[in-house]
Amino acid sequence: MSVAFDEMTNADGSIRAAYTALAKWLNGVPPEVLDFRRKEAEFIFRRIGITFAVYGDSDAQERLIPFDIIPRILTGGEWGRLSKGLEQRTKALNLYIKDVYSKRDILKAGIVPEDLVYQNPVFRPEMNGQKVPHDLYVHIAGIDVVRVDAETFYVLEDNARTPSGVSYMLENREIMMRLFPELFADNRVAPVENYTDELLATLKSLAPVTANNDPVVVVLTPGIFNSAYYEHSFLADKLGVELVEGRDLFIRNDVVYMRTTEGPKRVDVIYRRLDDDFLDPLAFRPDSALGVPGLMSAYNAGNVTLTNAVGTGVADDKAVYSYMPDIIRFYLGEEPLLKNVPTWRCREADHLKYVLDHLNELVVKEVHGSGGYGMLIGPRADKAQIELFRAKLKQDPTNFIAQPTLALSTCPTFVDEGIAPRHVDLRPFVLTGSDRVRIVPGGLTRVALEAGSLVVNSSQGGGTKDTWVLEES
Amino acid sequence: MLSRTADNLYWLARYMERADCLARILDVTQRLAQLPAAYGGSTNEWRSALLTAGCADLFKQVHGEEATEQNVINFLAFAPENPSSIRNCFEIARTNARSVRTALTIEMWETINSAWLELKRYSTKNMTREELARFLSFVKETSLRFDGAAYRTMLRNDAFWFSRVGMYVERADNTARILDVKYHVLLPDSEHIGGPLDYFQWASILRSVSALTSFHWVYRESVKPWLVADLLILNAQMPRSLTSCYQNIARYLDDIAAYYGRQGSSQRLARTTLTRLGNSRMDDIFQTGLHEFIDGFVVENNRLGSFVTEQYLL
Repeated sequence: MSVAFDEMTNADGSIRAAYTALAKWLNGVPPEVLDFRRKEAEFIFRRIGITFAVYGDSDAQERLIPFDIIPRILTGGEWGRLSKGLEQRTKALNLYIKDVYSKRDILKAGIVPEDLVYQNPVFRPEMNGQKVPHDLYVHIAGIDVVRVDAETFYVLEDNARTPSGVSYMLENREIMMRLFPELFADNRVAPVENYTDELLATLKSLAPVTANNDPVVVVLTPGIFNSAYYEHSFLADKLGVELVEGRDLFIRNDVVYMRTTEGPKRVDVIYRRLDDDFLDPLAFRPDSALGVPGLMSAYNAGNVTLTNAVGTGVADDKAVYSYMPDIIRFYLGEEPLLKNVPTWRCREADHLKYVLDHLNELVVKEVHGSGGYGMLIGPRADKAQIELFRAKLKQDPTNFIAQPTLALSTCPTFVDEGIAPRHVDLRPFVLTGSDRVRIVPGGLTRVALEAGSLVVNSSQGGGTKDTWVLEES
Repeated sequence: MLSRTADNLYWLARYMERADCLARILDVTQRLAQLPAAYGGSTNEWRSALLTAGCADLFKQVHGEEATEQNVINFLAFAPENPSSIRNCFEIARTNARSVRTALTIEMWETINSAWLELKRYSTKNMTREELARFLSFVKETSLRFDGAAYRTMLRNDAFWFSRVGMYVERADNTARILDVKYHVLLPDSEHIGGPLDYFQWASILRSVSALTSFHWVYRESVKPWLVADLLILNAQMPRSLTSCYQNIARYLDDIAAYYGRQGSSQRLARTTLTRLGNSRMDDIFQTGLHEFIDGFVVENNRLGSFVTEQYLL
């Protein structure tokens, strides 16, 4: 592996422009002060209750995601290029899903193989020929991006179902402004606090035509035991809408109502943070107690908008990912603005052969995996792990893709030993309404806190940083 | 507002109030148990604490007959098997609060959440008296903070009113039970009402609702059973009296009804109970029997709780 690109310091020791003010400040501030502020930040997070649950870890039912107090900085120029690419990609995702559930031009053209759609466990036949409000499917997308040098960003993953993390983006900024007001005086940082206003505008724009002028929006949560519950309640609060659970809703004559102290009240847009499987026990998993019986029939009748739409998973697994550049070209007739990480599809014999021959250099991922689970990082794996994956790959090649181990960029991070470079990624959030696309500058930066580690997932010891986009002066 | 949200707010307030009440019961019990026998100190104080808290039967199932200082304190304050232990009250309150984060102000949430975090710091086994005292004052301060945070920061809308109704329904129930149990325990063998032994017992009732000083201001007399009962049942000045609780319940239920533009069975029952309290005189209550009066009140109070549930919370 080559030496990673550091976002603050060039190889010759000089400081990159975006970080000039920060580097100066870091030089002048004693480590005790940083340590004190870090503890203060942790105390505030814990008191506010910004926690998440880790499944299968009963000791730590509520944990804090570690927060790093050193911000990650992008210039306005970098962000401008990035956001154009994100918008392009999200447009293509929407067109692709619409096509998959209607005319299937892209399958007929032989660009994406049919079985990748039809045999995909998250393909929803219920959505075939189903009209959704405004022909939009992915209203809230989280596109994971990594950086490898001064010029190049790669898209690592598209999250088109129910991407989470935006509450951390917002709370991280709040905390930073509270703890380090002096930094915000020295840097012109684009605000992110308007995200929830933009989200509400997006959600309202998506209301079905049957809704009246001021549509009723709700956030649907699986409940307080869900790992992202804090985020659900945070968003409902900032949006000023009800946070409902399945049992708060019921369907009458294909219309969705919520149970209120004043009787039933009609609901037009449901920002659901519940997977397809659990939405409606009559349509999907019959054992789901989290959903709303009959919700799909109200949806099919066009009386309610679900964001994101049902069946978007068909666009965000890692096998489909490898076709994204072609998907963009097919629907938009444009070259992709953001690169894809080169990907070997183990479903294809020659790719599989290459992967099996180079397991010690590659990252192997499950097509439907997430959260950094079930993957092999070749250069860091021991013999036994590699042989285990060799067997898995041979047994079920279609379930895997492989990618080169990227030298993810690093950012200065305050860890036990002091300030040291750590690998980061970035999840910007792309909002697609019926009127326009909205992206607040920045996103959630995740950081692998262990030296050399590339795993940024919060469930595996990753932390987060505030992400700054500097306004051009 | 969502029915589930209203339900959560209502019970959240009830559990916070209940925790406060339990802390006061423990406080007073310990004080009484330390008195020399000649002044009314006796070994059955801890049993009487269980009766007051309304969990004597459950205690018996878990610990058998023997109610000692240690096991009663543990049972009322910390026991996971007692659904109304202070710890469980805080746990349930926080779970409810998490489910209705959006209906709480940040100050209310922080009070509950930091109390819940703080709770873990108290070791439950073999607390010294000093530790217990610290713990009880922490519980009382938490309920003061919660109440104050709600009062100072909540919008005056249905969320506020439902939580207030919950608090006063719980408080009325607690006051009635404190009065009933103590009266029951004390009166049979009180041959000389007004003697020194009796004095400390009745004073302890007042203390458990933090009304000893108020008593002197209102009556300017030494502590007497019928005056204590009058203060806790009929006196509208006394914020824990049944009358005061029902003035508040009736008022907040009326606010809800006006806001929604519709009256219902809970409003009617609250007004009926308030009127009955207003028409009662202490002499009559003692004549027909204090115990019977309180029994009847507790039943009506529970009935109000179910009316509120049926009308709004389902």
